[in-house]
Amino acid sequence: MTPAAPRVSIQTQDFDLSAEVQALRAGDGGVGAVATFTGTVRDRTGGGPAISAMELEHYPGMTESAIEAMIDQAHARFDIRGARVVHRVGLLQPLEQIVLVAVTSAHRGQAFQACEFLMDYLKTQAPFWKKETTPEGARWVDARVADDAALARWGIAASNAAGDAAGSPGTGAGGHFSGAGGNP
Amino acid sequence: MKIQLRFFASLREALGASEAIDLPEGSTVGTLRDSLLARGGRHAELLARGRAVRCALNQTLCDESAALTDGAEVAFFPPVTGG
Repeated sequence: MTPAAPRVSIQTQDFDLSAEVQALRAGDGGVGAVATFTGTVRDRTGGGPAISAMELEHYPGMTESAIEAMIDQAHARFDIRGARVVHRVGLLQPLEQIVLVAVTSAHRGQAFQACEFLMDYLKTQAPFWKKETTPEGARWVDARVADDAALARWGIAASNAAGDAAGSPGTGAGGHFSGAGGNP
Repeated sequence: MKIQLRFFASLREALGASEAIDLPEGSTVGTLRDSLLARGGRHAELLARGRAVRCALNQTLCDESAALTDGAEVAFFPPVTGG
């Protein structure tokens, strides 16, 4: 990875997948694999009403430092060469892109795993909040227990979706590492 | 000591984005939450224990045992839903 290239961007504007990947790969002949994930805005919820818009709020400063720490963790756990996270905030329309995670490595296995690790981590530990606009009005999106379970696969306890996360010291609130770590 | 308090998402809409508060030495995130609960009203309702509320101290996720120091920034917010 080019040392000067930013690893994390929180922005209102859209991103260009090809340009981001090109920047991440630039000048690194050791890269043999690039894995990317792009999240997009759906126009419906599961069985719920149509979504006409989505607004994304975040905690400026904490968001960037939390994701930087996640990328550090990805480098510690996986044999990867570079990682890049772009997350949009503000008002988004259905079909728009929300989030990009891109990872480079020598071989595909580590890139696939690190990309999934970063997304699982981001879903439960990065301070973003989605608000959907539907014909029935605007509503904040509920956190999903399944996302906590996804992070638990990597040996990290998350209690994001659980009740009273703040009031339960020692239960993993805050995403403290609970296990020895390493790859699952 | 002075603490900067911040709320996000649904808590921000109901309780305001931020406020400066004065707390006694030895305060923790938990005793701060207690003092907010003691206000009653929307604070008591939305920050009640048993509700899904997360907290951060100086922009790092924490639990209620986290000790506060002068000038600290404490945030309360609902479970995160990015990605």
